[in-house]
Amino acid sequence: MPNQPDLVHLKKLATQIRRDIVRMVHACQSGHPGGSLGCTDFFVALYFHFLKHDPKFNMNGVGEDLFFLSNGHISPVWYATLARSGYFDTKELATFRQINSRLQGHPATHEHLPGVRIASGSLGQGLSAAIGAAQVKKLNKDSQTVFVLMGDGEQQEGQIWEASMYAAHNKIDNLIATIDYNGQQIDGPVDKILSLMDLKAKWEAFGWIVNEFDGNKIEEVISGIEKAKSQTGKGKPVMNLMRTVMGFGVDYMMGSHKWHGVAPNDEELKKALAQLEETIGDY
Amino acid sequence: MTKYTFTEKKDTRSGFGVGLHELGKQNENVVGLCADLTGSLKMDAFKKDFPDRFFQVGIAEANMMGLAAGMTIGGKIPFTGTFANFSTGRVYDQIRQSIAYSGKNVKICASHAGVTLGEDGATHQILEDIGMMKMLPGMTVIVPCDYNQTRLATLALGKHVGPAYLRFGRPSWPIFTAPDRPFTIGKADKMIEGKDVTIFACGHLVWNAIEAEEKLAAQGISAEVINIHTIKPLDVEAILESVQKTKCAVTCEEHQINGGLGDAVAQVLVRHSPMPLEMVAVNDSFGESGTPTALLKKYGLGPDNIIEAVKKVIQRKK
Repeated sequence: MPNQPDLVHLKKLATQIRRDIVRMVHACQSGHPGGSLGCTDFFVALYFHFLKHDPKFNMNGVGEDLFFLSNGHISPVWYATLARSGYFDTKELATFRQINSRLQGHPATHEHLPGVRIASGSLGQGLSAAIGAAQVKKLNKDSQTVFVLMGDGEQQEGQIWEASMYAAHNKIDNLIATIDYNGQQIDGPVDKILSLMDLKAKWEAFGWIVNEFDGNKIEEVISGIEKAKSQTGKGKPVMNLMRTVMGFGVDYMMGSHKWHGVAPNDEELKKALAQLEETIGDY
Repeated sequence: MTKYTFTEKKDTRSGFGVGLHELGKQNENVVGLCADLTGSLKMDAFKKDFPDRFFQVGIAEANMMGLAAGMTIGGKIPFTGTFANFSTGRVYDQIRQSIAYSGKNVKICASHAGVTLGEDGATHQILEDIGMMKMLPGMTVIVPCDYNQTRLATLALGKHVGPAYLRFGRPSWPIFTAPDRPFTIGKADKMIEGKDVTIFACGHLVWNAIEAEEKLAAQGISAEVINIHTIKPLDVEAILESVQKTKCAVTCEEHQINGGLGDAVAQVLVRHSPMPLEMVAVNDSFGESGTPTALLKKYGLGPDNIIEAVKKVIQRKK
């Protein structure tokens, strides 16, 4: 892991990946741009600054940091990040959600896409898998870290809280979980659908170390993950409540649940791309 | 003619416990997870001798399935243990997405299946689990017949790669197979040769089929008894080979008539070689409290029910 982040490069990557996301969902006229755009800075920071990982990809990931995506519907940002990291050719992004593609609507291992270790999409399951993988790292005397990202609406799933209790009870302190805290879910604002109340207090009460940071300022994402990493190995699992804006980077998508799972039309695509400069090169 | 007797009865779950403990000694990648039923699943010995590889997850089965899936990443072979109801119906989506679709090498080990669970009643007597599990692509489904075979099935799963469901039970049951009887996943086990009818059975009901065969023989009816311990992948070849000779069949299982062994055999017959088939199974109903013997009788799963089904199916041949 490099010590000093190259912020200019990371920001270029973030802009390019946002272009990738919008183009991917436009091409198949389906998929989830909102959460993908909101979490782009997090993915860029994680994959291009923090993770010790090998794009040649080995399922067991021994000696590597592992990442699990629990809210699988934001697959566009993950696929674009994996491709831009060298896991597969960026041209394959054009096959997203098409027949015979490895880039399924929700991430899957069934088609052997490098970078994906477990299927996700049906919500609430990724944290459990990440905890299991983290516990095995301990058994294997592997000192790397396991990361997992979840949605905030996903916190309504009961399994999350089973897993939360288990991780704290078993002192899973090689695990950094993050919640994409954008306040939106498909049917509307989380507070209107089923309020999470004081989410920070809840996770603290469950025995976790809880941090908060702004997920759409790359500098803050980096310092937030750095802080979380410094908190590992202390007998408690670590949780980041990451405040993001759904649809970040495309003005007409920002902050609205309406863009959770809707693709832009041709006109809207043009408008979006005009706001996202082609930095590294389109696929 | 082959005859089976028994001198001892034991619960099949104890066969699992012994097998898991042996696996623990053989392979340090074998890990055990249990949802607050360590004693009931007979996982105590494994827990005692391999404390670092035993994970008590509490009453949280959904999390247990996800943990097990995650534990395969890094090379472990997780064996989960809880009652069959909580191993399947309660966590179907976790198994479907995190284990089956993800192709994870998790062994889902399930006790207290079927009505022979007894007094706890219908909430715990799952009769739909074989159907649910066999519908999942890539899932291996094994229902061994006695203590010895459950041990052998557990050992075989230690070497098998891929998601699997192992179903066993609570009651003390005759041990009628030899401890060294060959056991191969996916290979049906012909227990008794016969020529008038084939009885395909799984789990506890293999013993009932053997008892039925003896009574049938006394009445001049020659029944072939085949133990289909692996429901999936099904030994289609063995099934067809037997029915080519007997020209009719009866299936016996401690499961709903829908979705279980009977359905699986019916599919084979209809697609390859249509002929009369009767099914001894629970007829679209939930169970209830009672002793295992009383329940087997009331729900139509006893030796007499098998005899009745055999006579009916032989009539239908004519």
